[in-house]
Amino acid sequence: MSKKNPEYDFAWCPGCGDFGVRRAVEFALNDRIKETEEIIENTVVVAGIGCSGNLVHLLEDPQPFGLHGIHGRSLPIAFGVKMANPDLNVLTVAGDGDFLSIGMEHIAPQATRNLDICSVVMDNGVYGLTKGQSSPTTDYGVKTTSTPYGKIEDKIHPLKYYLTIGASFIASGYSSKPRDLAKLIQAGMEHPGFAVVHVQSPCTTYNDTYEILKGNAKKGVPGLMYDIPEEYDRTDRLAAEELINSPGIPVGIIYEDKTRPSLTAETNRITESVKSRDVAQLLSDYDF
Amino acid sequence: MVNIVAQQCPFCPIKLKLIIRLFNKLQRVPMGRYMSKRQDFVVRFAGEGGQGVVTASEALARIASEVGYHSLTFATFPSQIMGGPTYTQARISTSPVLSPGDELNVLVALNEEAYETHKGEVAADGIILYDSSFTPSGNEKAIGMPFDDLAKEAGDARTANMVMMGALASLVDMPVKYLQEFIEKRYLSRGQEIVDANFRAIDFGIEKASESPFNLGELDSPNPPDYKQSMMKGNDAISLGAIRAGLNFYVGYPISPATTILLYMERNLVQEGKFVYQASSEIESINAILGGGYAGKKSMTATAGPGFSLMSEGLGLAWMAELPLVVVDVQRGGPATGLPTKTEQSDLFSAINPAHGDVSLPVIAPGNVEECFTAGVMSLNWAERYQGPVILLTEMSLAERVQNIKKPDLDTVNVENRIVYEGNNGYLRYDGFELSPMPIPGKPGSYIANGSEHDSMGDTTHLPSRHIQMTERRFSKLNLLKDGDFEEENANSSIVLMPWGGSKGSVREAYNQLRDSGLDVGWLYTMYLNPLPEDLLIKLRSKDLVIVPELNYQGQFSSILRSYGVKAKSITQYTGLPFKVVDLVSSINDLVNQTNKAVIN
Repeated sequence: MSKKNPEYDFAWCPGCGDFGVRRAVEFALNDRIKETEEIIENTVVVAGIGCSGNLVHLLEDPQPFGLHGIHGRSLPIAFGVKMANPDLNVLTVAGDGDFLSIGMEHIAPQATRNLDICSVVMDNGVYGLTKGQSSPTTDYGVKTTSTPYGKIEDKIHPLKYYLTIGASFIASGYSSKPRDLAKLIQAGMEHPGFAVVHVQSPCTTYNDTYEILKGNAKKGVPGLMYDIPEEYDRTDRLAAEELINSPGIPVGIIYEDKTRPSLTAETNRITESVKSRDVAQLLSDYDF
Repeated sequence: MVNIVAQQCPFCPIKLKLIIRLFNKLQRVPMGRYMSKRQDFVVRFAGEGGQGVVTASEALARIASEVGYHSLTFATFPSQIMGGPTYTQARISTSPVLSPGDELNVLVALNEEAYETHKGEVAADGIILYDSSFTPSGNEKAIGMPFDDLAKEAGDARTANMVMMGALASLVDMPVKYLQEFIEKRYLSRGQEIVDANFRAIDFGIEKASESPFNLGELDSPNPPDYKQSMMKGNDAISLGAIRAGLNFYVGYPISPATTILLYMERNLVQEGKFVYQASSEIESINAILGGGYAGKKSMTATAGPGFSLMSEGLGLAWMAELPLVVVDVQRGGPATGLPTKTEQSDLFSAINPAHGDVSLPVIAPGNVEECFTAGVMSLNWAERYQGPVILLTEMSLAERVQNIKKPDLDTVNVENRIVYEGNNGYLRYDGFELSPMPIPGKPGSYIANGSEHDSMGDTTHLPSRHIQMTERRFSKLNLLKDGDFEEENANSSIVLMPWGGSKGSVREAYNQLRDSGLDVGWLYTMYLNPLPEDLLIKLRSKDLVIVPELNYQGQFSSILRSYGVKAKSITQYTGLPFKVVDLVSSINDLVNQTNKAVIN
């Protein structure tokens, strides 16, 4: 919505990382419009359910189309939107619970198809909207409202997962640096294939990880995040594996393969080679 | 091979068989039997999956229809690729066929198990053709022949079906030229050798059957319809109807008995601007076509019970966010995995109310192959007209039924398109209590299609006044769909039959018999089950008794009708098989008599 809508009754908590992600999406879309002269209505933002999905309502600049669907299904919906009209710029926004727990079955198919969309994942390591349950990215042993004796599952490693299933663009970002994040999102949108931008977007209410991520020199906390060095070759899959297997959270573009054809390219190839028949011809198959 | 056979049969086999047959007729068959000719016969092919029983009944139906008879097939499969007991049935008639037929005039048993399982359903004067690899224990009228050996002898092991066709034709004195025409049409492109082998296979079949004393009596000459015909399965007809209505987005997941629609679309719909894809699950299918409908496409998927259950939440979203799409549910026995290859009409409740919350989805349930085409068209038309999800509810027996139908007239089909918003930005997509133009991404009019309750621009809200407005708005759109066609006969009767879906044909046959016997009973029928045509509902409410034969335990449709104030009673069956006309006639008679007694008392 462009202005504050008095009927809309949802708000992020003060300090929520999702504010920064929203700003980054706005920057990325504005830059895209400027650079490509594409109208904003050519973009569709498909949102999951959770705190993060509300981003689609809270964008303040010129309004793209939006679809705020059901929990876990942003990817299959985006798949439908994109293949219905491949000229559209399709973006998904979802949290770690929506994308990586209930929605996990949908990630690998888009990666293997190389669906030409960009998925922004807001990872806060907790279910916020339902008040503090453990998520796939919650650390082992952490006590949450649903794990009062500590979590007894290992957490998943999203970046490793994306690389394993064959996502052709993987970036890692941070909500507190919206300008940098915008660049990653814009690169993801421009990427001709399935792009995931995984963002550390802390929850100030249930899982405040700002200090762990950034570090605190006064307290002697080192900080998990670091910028990927400039000389890093992001087209090198083995280098990407090494990078994400190292300690800490690298920030920047981790992997990029522009050589693989996107699903749009593949379907166009098939369409061009197929001799289509109209319905009268199809019906005549049943003549006798 | 050709030469060997020629040496073995120095006489023309056709002449030989004619002589034998004439002899048989003169010797053993009372001439009176030929005074009134047979109008109809039912053949069941029973054996193991992979033995070609499906192709046999389809070939018989096709041969018969090509020479001007009417035909209909019924199939039931084992849930495995090869092996497992299976059977198919073909009914051939001089007039349009309504049901698969109750009693078998001929059983073709390809193994002993099939012989024993199905012999009980053979009519008193019926005949069993069996594969002579075994010896039947009973004293049925049975003719044994080595189908496979005769096929090999004919020169091609694949002609076993044609041995059966020859034998069948002989049993009803069908002229051999009909079979020959069919073979030439189908196989000439593959070479004269194949044609000759098939000819010989037919002759062997005729010869073997003619050697026996049994005969069914001559089938009356065909009475070919004066219109152009098509011969197809229900699922093909749905696919073609949908394509005619402008379908341009299909995503589906394999599941029996809906897979044939996915395969049809993969083969035939793919072209520029039209997308077809096999999804990773039914959850992906429903959400993908939801995205397709949102982005301006006419979108569809097809599934069966288990897949339909997985689509519930997506269907709720499509209803809530007002997104046009069609889901074909090919019903099979349920719940859970249920009876994947058997027929049932037990998904009606869940078709209308698949999702949680206040939902009432439009449902169109075709009653025969011809109506499958119309349902394919109308389901997309309805989705476009009211901007929401529509369920096309069909069933296993109809999906696999091959039937000769009047060729659908493509030119007279009325195709509807949604009202598209073509103004500037700042549009309130969900304003008001009625249908409003729908913006399409890529053009001005951006809004948020929202599965949460929303205000007029699509933003989430919890205001009671909004939930009232939007709920009423969604239900008011159903009023746009109350103009469906319906059938009515013997309108003055206070008792009517009101079948639905694939039971239509059997019930119609029962109705015809009951009317012939003098019973005063009326007929009402529609494939538009939700919402019901307004005028039909008025008529239904005026009746003393509405009898609803349906293939489920709960009597789903009759209970829905009762909720509308209709005095409806069900005749239920839950065997995984279609109704038999004889059972319907007796159950309907009972119900009518009870009601009449009650009225008199």
